[in-house]
Amino acid sequence: MVRLKELPTAELFTSGHRLCAGCGAGTIARMTLKALRGPTVIVNATGCLEVSSTVYPYTSWKVPWVHIAFENAAAVASGIEAAYKALARRNAWEKPVDIIAFAGDGGTFDIGIQAVSGALERGHDFLYICYDNEAYMNTGIQRSGATPHGAATTTSPAGRVIPGKPEFKKDFIGICAAHGIAYAATASPAYWNDYITKVQKGLDAKGPAVVHVFSPCPVGMRHDSDKSMEMARLAVQTRYWPVYEVEKGIYKLNIKVPTPKPVIEFLKLQGRFAHLFQPKFQQEIEVLQHWVDENWRRITSLCKEQ
Amino acid sequence: MSRTVGLTGNEAIAYAAKQSNIDVVAAYPITPQTIMVEAFSEYVHNGEVHTEFVCVESEHSAMSACIGASLTGARVFTASSSQGLALMHEMLYIASGLRCPIVMGVANRALSAPINIHGDHSDMMGSRDCGWIQIYAENVQEAYDWTLQAFRIAEDMKVLLPVAVNIDGWALSFSMERVEVLEDEEVEKLLTTRKPYITIDTEKPITVGALCFTDYYFEVKRQQVEALSESTGVIEAVAKEYEDLSGERYGLIDTYGVEDAEAGILCLGSTAGTAKAVAKNLRSKGKKVAVIKPWVYRPFPTEEIARATENIKALAVLDKACSFGAPYGALCSDVMALLHQNGKELKVFNGIYGLGGRDITPFDVESVFEEALETARTGDIKEPLKFIGVRE
Repeated sequence: MVRLKELPTAELFTSGHRLCAGCGAGTIARMTLKALRGPTVIVNATGCLEVSSTVYPYTSWKVPWVHIAFENAAAVASGIEAAYKALARRNAWEKPVDIIAFAGDGGTFDIGIQAVSGALERGHDFLYICYDNEAYMNTGIQRSGATPHGAATTTSPAGRVIPGKPEFKKDFIGICAAHGIAYAATASPAYWNDYITKVQKGLDAKGPAVVHVFSPCPVGMRHDSDKSMEMARLAVQTRYWPVYEVEKGIYKLNIKVPTPKPVIEFLKLQGRFAHLFQPKFQQEIEVLQHWVDENWRRITSLCKEQ
Repeated sequence: MSRTVGLTGNEAIAYAAKQSNIDVVAAYPITPQTIMVEAFSEYVHNGEVHTEFVCVESEHSAMSACIGASLTGARVFTASSSQGLALMHEMLYIASGLRCPIVMGVANRALSAPINIHGDHSDMMGSRDCGWIQIYAENVQEAYDWTLQAFRIAEDMKVLLPVAVNIDGWALSFSMERVEVLEDEEVEKLLTTRKPYITIDTEKPITVGALCFTDYYFEVKRQQVEALSESTGVIEAVAKEYEDLSGERYGLIDTYGVEDAEAGILCLGSTAGTAKAVAKNLRSKGKKVAVIKPWVYRPFPTEEIARATENIKALAVLDKACSFGAPYGALCSDVMALLHQNGKELKVFNGIYGLGGRDITPFDVESVFEEALETARTGDIKEPLKFIGVRE
């Protein structure tokens, strides 16, 4: 794993952006750009990271950066990769270029899933990073396919009858791995060296690679903005967010959690789960704990862990 | 020097694209455009071009990939039709807004529902305000010629806008015609490799697609209006150059018999061919009729149409698409606006025809001419908006 002193001091994602205090996306973008191995183009789907980092005429990006729309970061990356190949073929371009696509969970799990699947199937050489804050935070906290069961959002509110989102989170990495790509992984920004190492591995992998990283959101998850990294750590330590990778189809657990904290420790820091602590909805915490246990059992079994 | 070959409209556009030194094609199949994509795939798989073909999973991704590739400095081509064009509607605006000189062949087809695979102009007319230069070809020769010219127009520094070359689905896409094609060396005189103005170069990092609020957005859009306006001069200059090379004459509009005509038909695409044949026949009987065919629909050739209608007393504008709820079809509304602006007293009526590929026969066209002549004589418009060839 990468060590702190090996990281470049240069900041390619600069300060002055307008992301909220405690936003995970800014930290993730900054760490990502410390993992670059050469000339790199960033493609950014519409979302918090995009709107907050490039308010014209300003930009926080010291690398080429392209935003086209919400649902198509993977397709745009495909086009850029194809263009460099063709330009090289007619000797109009020489250097190899890395391409990284950033998208949130809405732009990935929901509206962008088709473009992601298409790009993975076609085998374009790029790294897709989904920073997952588990809802459409940019438009005001609406539920997505990545929102966990029970979470209150503005379209799955904590109602008198229905306590937050009834459905469960999609297995995005499972979908990616099913495409037979060389590298797919989950990560948490609290484990910075694991994340940066995974970005490097994703860039080194031949063909498409995917990193799915947990992104704390003080506004949407409703936690204190100084607790973001603690949240990101608790997500892992409660086994809510298993950190693993799938390399050429082989699953490997990267962070073992032998003595997990109960998921309630993760939930109680967040306003989006506050309603579950009312007596009439408390069984939902059990439901979530059960989902965490089952998901952990499934992932560790794929990882051939006990 | 040119060579005579037999090509369908789809093949002619694909062949012109092949000769245009294209770097990236990202496309998705849809009837009646599919053959354009298939033909180009063959060039790629037979090693006849250096092009990278991105066989995308949807038209939305097709245009997204095209935009990405165009921003990287590649010459980019794609093709679509109907539902596919509708699916890429969102991206069409971004292609023009980011000033990507992409060229797209469009085999015009009806829009669902009910589903229909035959030709009308509903697809492109549905995206007529997307900021693209929109060209309509009358026959397969024009489809070939315009595709070659399209890259030059799109990539001109005064323009930097995407261009759609439209052919009538079925009537042109699948019809084989005799076509004079240029030798590759001749095409090279017109088109070398693309020389982009600015690209996403890793040596000189730029931010593309930033967020523009109330303080800048309007200026960006105003510049697009200016670029479209500038494109008219570029289209004419490229047409002149192309005429010197091929002998084929092009421009913003094509006319037949406008000099002394009393009545005329104005329409787009292959129907203009039918109208010209009928007009020729009527003229042999002493009836002074004309045909006006805008080659370029966007930017709208206002001055040229005003000039072409100087002597005409009555004009029938034929729309192959319906603007539901609007007083007239889109083409007719544009014509009326320009005539009103120029203080013309010309009598205009609108005919909606050919929806879902319904045939428009020479007999139908002749009766439209007769009605226009009658209007020219009496000054009375019998029916301001009529539907031609429909069962009422």
